[in-house]
Amino acid sequence: MIATPKASAPHMPDSADPASAYVRIANVTKKFGDFVAVDDVSLDIRRGEIFCLLGGSGSGKTTLLRMLAGFERPSAGTIYIDGADMSAIPPYERPVNMMFQSYALFPHMSVEKNVAFGLEQEHLGRDAIRHQVGEILDIVKMGAFGARKPHQLSGGQRQRVALARALVKRPKLLLLDEPLAALDKKLREHTQFELLNIQQRLGVTFIVVTHDQEEAMTLGQRLGVMNHGRIAQVGTPSDIYESPATRFVADFIGSVNMFEGQVSDEGADFVRIQCAELGCQVHAERGSGCARGATVWTAIRPEKIHLSRQSAGNGAAPAENAVRGTVREIAYMGDMSVYLVQIDSGKMVRVTLPNVTRGGERPIIREERVWLSWHGSSPVVLTE
Amino acid sequence: MRLTQSAGRRLVAGVPILWLLVLFLIPFIIVFRISFSEVRLAIPPYTPLISWRHGTPSLEVHTSAYAFLFTDPLYVSSYLYSLKVAAVSTVCCLLIGYPMAYAIARAGAATRPVLLMLIVLPFWTSFLLRVYAWIGLLKNNGVINNVLLYLGVIHHPLALLQTDFAVYIGIVYSYLPFMILPLYANLEKHDPALLEAAADLGARPLRAFLAITLPQSLAGIVAGALLVFIPAVGEYVIPTLLGRTDQLMIGRVLSDEFFENRDWPVASAVAILILLLLVIPIMLFQRTQRSELEASR
Amino acid sequence: MRSRALFARTALVLGLVFLYVPILSMIVFSFNNSRLVTVWDAAHSPTLKWYVALVSNEQILRAAWLSIRIALIAASCAVVLGTLAGMALARFGAFRGRLLLAGMTTAPIVMPEVITGLSLLLLFVALQQLIGWPRGVGAVTIALAHITFCMAYVTVVVQSRLTGFDESLEEAAMDLGARPLVVFLRVTLPLILPAIASGWLLAFTLSWDDLVITQFVAGPGSSTLPMVIFSKVRFGVTPDINALATIMVLVVASGIAISTVWMRYRQKRRERDLQLAAAANL
Repeated sequence: MIATPKASAPHMPDSADPASAYVRIANVTKKFGDFVAVDDVSLDIRRGEIFCLLGGSGSGKTTLLRMLAGFERPSAGTIYIDGADMSAIPPYERPVNMMFQSYALFPHMSVEKNVAFGLEQEHLGRDAIRHQVGEILDIVKMGAFGARKPHQLSGGQRQRVALARALVKRPKLLLLDEPLAALDKKLREHTQFELLNIQQRLGVTFIVVTHDQEEAMTLGQRLGVMNHGRIAQVGTPSDIYESPATRFVADFIGSVNMFEGQVSDEGADFVRIQCAELGCQVHAERGSGCARGATVWTAIRPEKIHLSRQSAGNGAAPAENAVRGTVREIAYMGDMSVYLVQIDSGKMVRVTLPNVTRGGERPIIREERVWLSWHGSSPVVLTE
Repeated sequence: MRLTQSAGRRLVAGVPILWLLVLFLIPFIIVFRISFSEVRLAIPPYTPLISWRHGTPSLEVHTSAYAFLFTDPLYVSSYLYSLKVAAVSTVCCLLIGYPMAYAIARAGAATRPVLLMLIVLPFWTSFLLRVYAWIGLLKNNGVINNVLLYLGVIHHPLALLQTDFAVYIGIVYSYLPFMILPLYANLEKHDPALLEAAADLGARPLRAFLAITLPQSLAGIVAGALLVFIPAVGEYVIPTLLGRTDQLMIGRVLSDEFFENRDWPVASAVAILILLLLVIPIMLFQRTQRSELEASR
Repeated sequence: MRSRALFARTALVLGLVFLYVPILSMIVFSFNNSRLVTVWDAAHSPTLKWYVALVSNEQILRAAWLSIRIALIAASCAVVLGTLAGMALARFGAFRGRLLLAGMTTAPIVMPEVITGLSLLLLFVALQQLIGWPRGVGAVTIALAHITFCMAYVTVVVQSRLTGFDESLEEAAMDLGARPLVVFLRVTLPLILPAIASGWLLAFTLSWDDLVITQFVAGPGSSTLPMVIFSKVRFGVTPDINALATIMVLVVASGIAISTVWMRYRQKRRERDLQLAAAANL
């Protein structure tokens, strides 16, 4: 664990008062036979925020979502929504609505009937229903498609109907299961911003489950990274990206270069690490709380590494935070290039640089000897 | 009326369970009980379970029905004959049905539904009438004999009716769709790329079939075989219309004991023994049904 | 590869011939004038006289009417019971009595009919001893027996349809506030209706056609069509039965043809809709 200015500690709720957290997941565990899908998870979600649960398959995120919806019962622990204990409450009595990954539109009903279904369960008058259905369909821009059946709609249209159906009841909580997974790239970006718009307009609390980090980083105001049924870290996207709490999180989000080393010197706001893998000393400008001699891992993001032909120092080899290597592979991605550099210890380091200049100075080519260097604020020191 | 979810569930599951308990399971218990009584001239025509002698109740259990079955060679031979006929018919059904199912599974997507419909259509017409049709074909002045006589292949009509052969034909004919459908359902799921890979590695068609297709289709073979064998053991209509008069199958024996001899205890004992013979195949069938449904989840 | 396909295809053709020759021979000889059913009386055939005889045969008509009524009742009740059982087995997970229900719905499918028939009759006799009902065997006992073995088939059909069903539709309905009964009536049932319909048809056919079980549980006054046919054919071939068989084959074949055409039409409409939606796009 590292102490940094803005990161929130992963496992403790933000406030002690249960009523202030809109959704409180308290020590929830779910077992299927011997398999533990969700392992003692505690999480607080604030009213009106967009919270993303991010994790790979098998991480437990979908199970957690289904427990919030009421389709699974926790083996242990409690879920509170707006202060109310949801343990005994079946899904059709919860103030929660879900947008399914497959959209789950009723194939034998028209768009209007699909959206009206939830309102009909509340026994509203026909006029009231028609009015609310029309309103929500306009918000998702599907007002002209009311009479169509789901198989007459495209994928993007179906998704909007699914969203309308889930929002028309103005639930306290909207759960979204991989909302952008079935869409192609262009549509995905467009839909992302639409979702954000709608959420702001209606003020509904969103909980999104996804395995796609880009989706999570774009949509989420706060993220919870899950691994093997546990929460690895909770925080804002920049917290998680810049200050990952564990090696798993650092590796899961974006790409990262990871080096093992021993603490050679440490203080309140710095730590020096002797790194054989890297072949140099690392000087990180933050305290790590680790004892001298302890084994730690240094994580440096590819975009934080500077690549140049000359060393940073005046001719002399710098003592720390720099290392020499040979460029092995270059991948040209248009807006940036990815360089795979083999440093003298043999390890491959990934460096990304934006392609700022056109023509101009001679570009770096393969097999060139280069210097890799980084600022002292870039390395993140991890103990687990 | 608002039911809780668990009360509603109990109702949904409970009604069919209750119905089947009363109308399917309990009757077997009654058959079992009657098999241990003796026939007598009364209504009902069997001895009661508890009889009162000098004011005290005593349990009347007679094993005479079973003793009768085990000692009289007629019954033993009927059981064995039934098993033999059912087994032979099942094998024939498999040998004929497997290639047919295979051909349908390999057919183009457009012809497959047509072929399946052709296989199933006879099933929707009357079973009784289709068996009856074979009488017209097999009897001494029936179609087959007439054609063969006309062509000069034979000079006297063949005795085709009332033979083992006629029963085999009857059973295979009637139960063929039951063999083909599970086999087809299984074969349809096979990946043709596996056979192509085998050919690519040098396997001749027969070898590829034996090594790849046959083992994968085992589940379908078992299901189809059980669907034919188990009911065939107790068949009544086919042996009565087409079969021998000197050697009866056990279904006919049971019916005769009940209707002709009015010997309910012996008929019940016959039934119980058939059940004992078939209990393992029936459980096997239930197991394959369960795993089929689990696999498709 | 080729030899395998050729062998299989030959077997298929021969098999289909084997399946249809008896049916075709019945149809052909139903138009035969001769009472010796399989000897073609070229001089006076083809003739419709057996069809006329059939239609004016009181015994057969009465039996057919009874069979139809029993089959209608049995199929309808079997569909209700079978759907309940199918729902329970497909949706309720593990519950006390699941194994029992699963066993009792698969056993009747393979159980030899003589055993089922005997056991049901003995049950009715025992019931009569115990509570005085049923008062003798007849249409009611036949119907009860038919419902019992037909519901097993319906259960299998419904259960396999439900197992392949997209459960997220039912979850979505519950999520939107619908209680389980509403979910079933408004979402599940409309979508499994084709399976239920085919289950009903299956049950109807099985009941209409049943002989052995019916023989056990029928009374002197209630003869179903199969019973009448059986008593006639036990002692030889009769030509009016050929006419009956032909009628049945025609009814079934046209039913299947109509339903195939109907399904093709719906499939074409669906494909057209999908194409339109894709073309319009977003």
